[in-house]
Amino acid sequence: MPKTDVILKVDNISKQYRLGLVGTGTLSHDLNRWWSKIRGKEDPYLKVSESNDRSTISKSNYVWALQDINFEVQRGEVLGIIGKNGAGKSTLLKILSRVTSPTNGEIKTKGRIASLLEVGTGFHPEMTGKENIYLNGAILGMTKAEIKQKEDEIIEFSGCQRYINTPVKRYSSGMRVRLAFAVAAHLEPDILVVDEVLAVGDAEFQKKAIGKMQDISKGDGRTVLFVSHNMAAVKSLCTRAVVLENGKVIFEGSSAESVVFYLQNNKSKDIITKYQYDCSEKPIKSIEILEDVLITGEKMTLRIRIDTKNYTKINLHLGIYDLNDEKILHLSSEYCKEGSLKTKKNIYECFMPKLTLTEGLYYINAGLVADNLIIEEIKKCLKFEVLNGDFYKCGFNTRKSTLKAKTLIDFEWK
Amino acid sequence: MSIQKNEDWLYTISSKNKLIDLNFKEIWYYRDLLLLFVKRDIITVYKQTILGPLWYFIQPLFTSVIFTLIFNNLAGIPTGEGVPSFLFNLAGITSWNYFSTCFVDTSDTFKKNQAIFGKVYFPRVITPLSVIVSNLLKFGIQLLVFVGFYIYFVFFTSKAYGTTPTMALLGFPLLILFMALLGLGLGMIISSLTNKYRDLKFLVGFGVQLLMYGSAVMYPLSYFEEKLPEYSWLVKYNPMTAVIELFRYMTLGVGDFSMFEFGYVAVVSVLIFLIGLIVFNKTEKSFIDTV
Repeated sequence: MPKTDVILKVDNISKQYRLGLVGTGTLSHDLNRWWSKIRGKEDPYLKVSESNDRSTISKSNYVWALQDINFEVQRGEVLGIIGKNGAGKSTLLKILSRVTSPTNGEIKTKGRIASLLEVGTGFHPEMTGKENIYLNGAILGMTKAEIKQKEDEIIEFSGCQRYINTPVKRYSSGMRVRLAFAVAAHLEPDILVVDEVLAVGDAEFQKKAIGKMQDISKGDGRTVLFVSHNMAAVKSLCTRAVVLENGKVIFEGSSAESVVFYLQNNKSKDIITKYQYDCSEKPIKSIEILEDVLITGEKMTLRIRIDTKNYTKINLHLGIYDLNDEKILHLSSEYCKEGSLKTKKNIYECFMPKLTLTEGLYYINAGLVADNLIIEEIKKCLKFEVLNGDFYKCGFNTRKSTLKAKTLIDFEWK
Repeated sequence: MSIQKNEDWLYTISSKNKLIDLNFKEIWYYRDLLLLFVKRDIITVYKQTILGPLWYFIQPLFTSVIFTLIFNNLAGIPTGEGVPSFLFNLAGITSWNYFSTCFVDTSDTFKKNQAIFGKVYFPRVITPLSVIVSNLLKFGIQLLVFVGFYIYFVFFTSKAYGTTPTMALLGFPLLILFMALLGLGLGMIISSLTNKYRDLKFLVGFGVQLLMYGSAVMYPLSYFEEKLPEYSWLVKYNPMTAVIELFRYMTLGVGDFSMFEFGYVAVVSVLIFLIGLIVFNKTEKSFIDTV
């Protein structure tokens, strides 16, 4: 193993929260805490809490938002932190950025941490764009001299040159975000902690933002901790990732592995990825999807096993339907080179190099035609889920507005 | 695997904290932020107003006029031989205003700055400090008004024959410091407590009003002692009474000056400031969970 240069070490971090209304009974709990502290005992409320699972109701009023989190970050590494809503990502970020302190454990760092939990923190609507650059920059930890030096660059990056002396309250929300991100992008801390700030702005700006993030991590060798739901962004930006669930680290590995683990861990429960029917009179024995996770723009393979010994010429018809029973695609073997499938073997694969289906659930109906007769039809033999992905290979997930379309297609603008 | 021995960590984030955990180097690093906060407060308060900073003048002037009418002309509180009641009241109000704005404006630090504090780290103490500094500028403007009227009364009327600034005026900067420390300290204590127990915010509103009547703003301490001797200790040991009395002694030469009074103010204000700092420091660590 190469010599390690750990810049950030998270050591057994835990964070406890009190459920329900803070306010009623806090004074009595405070007194109780104080009393046990005086007697040299442990905090009585630390023991009663349990792990953070939103859907279960329990008697305890305290909950662990984070429990025994451990990981290390190397200098120059871009670490992704992924997890469902409520997995503890934001709490972890808050602790890292010193907005709140942990209940137990400690984090050691060798560099200055700057956090971007939100863009435009402290923007004052009455002040001009330029004044806000200074204020926001200073809040994020830059000195006035640093900001002055980068002022032109920031203004140019934001693309708001014309409005820079206009109060921010007159800005459109998009412009405000651009300006705010421009300031944030010019921060130069040793460690940058970023929350989903990339989910803002139009496509052009998102691309710019991703590009800037890549520059920061690759070009300048800065350490970045990046929290996102955008798996494509995590994959393209991060070198390593940590998956959180219910306040615990459940997976740690390369970003690609972590993304697959996360997606697999979170797919819908009622999907059927393998159909099997071992009955002698029906020729189709099984149909299965080979990929663990299906992502828009990535490959999909269907493997079908058929008992072909009684036929000379067969064709398979696979129809893909959405939940409204509308047919989206038809995969027929009639269009293969030979015009039909060879009957010498009995395992066939249908390979799609680039899945054009958008995010959602789909059914497959399968039909087998042999010697021009319909031999077998299976309705809804498979049900699968396609997750959003980076169809256009631009570094971020396909946008929500695009996803209203049923399928995607590669295209070019001239 | 190589294990790094004698690791030199820049800092550690943990739940354990010392009584006073102030990193002065860090606060110094953020000095630009303090100045920018001050700038923000100053330039945004009177945006889209017609009179703008004139409001700084108007508020103490009108209050003094009303006080003079009610307390001196109507109720007949004496302000001392050869001291115009208007000037007497203006002195009281100017000094009281600085303390009370410092106190009131810092007492909701956490609640008001939730949005920022919840997202970015910087030494939280920067925020109340910036309030103190921007109020100092307002105080400076109001002091100019006071000086203006002082000159008017001394040189253009014959009413102010009894007013002379004393040598004690040299201690004036110290007095301002004590006012600031007092307001800041109390404000930090209240802001830390309001954060969890919201009841206190109701107290601040009318508490400050009541405190003004107990701080010898519109009457001399000696007059109170003469009229209500059994309650006079309440007013006498109020540090703000001492501050205001000292302020009037320094500028107008009314009342009496004692080193004891000065020392008392100094000790109390520094003490309150330190308590405020400790409480504030303890609260800032996890306030976002309890706010």
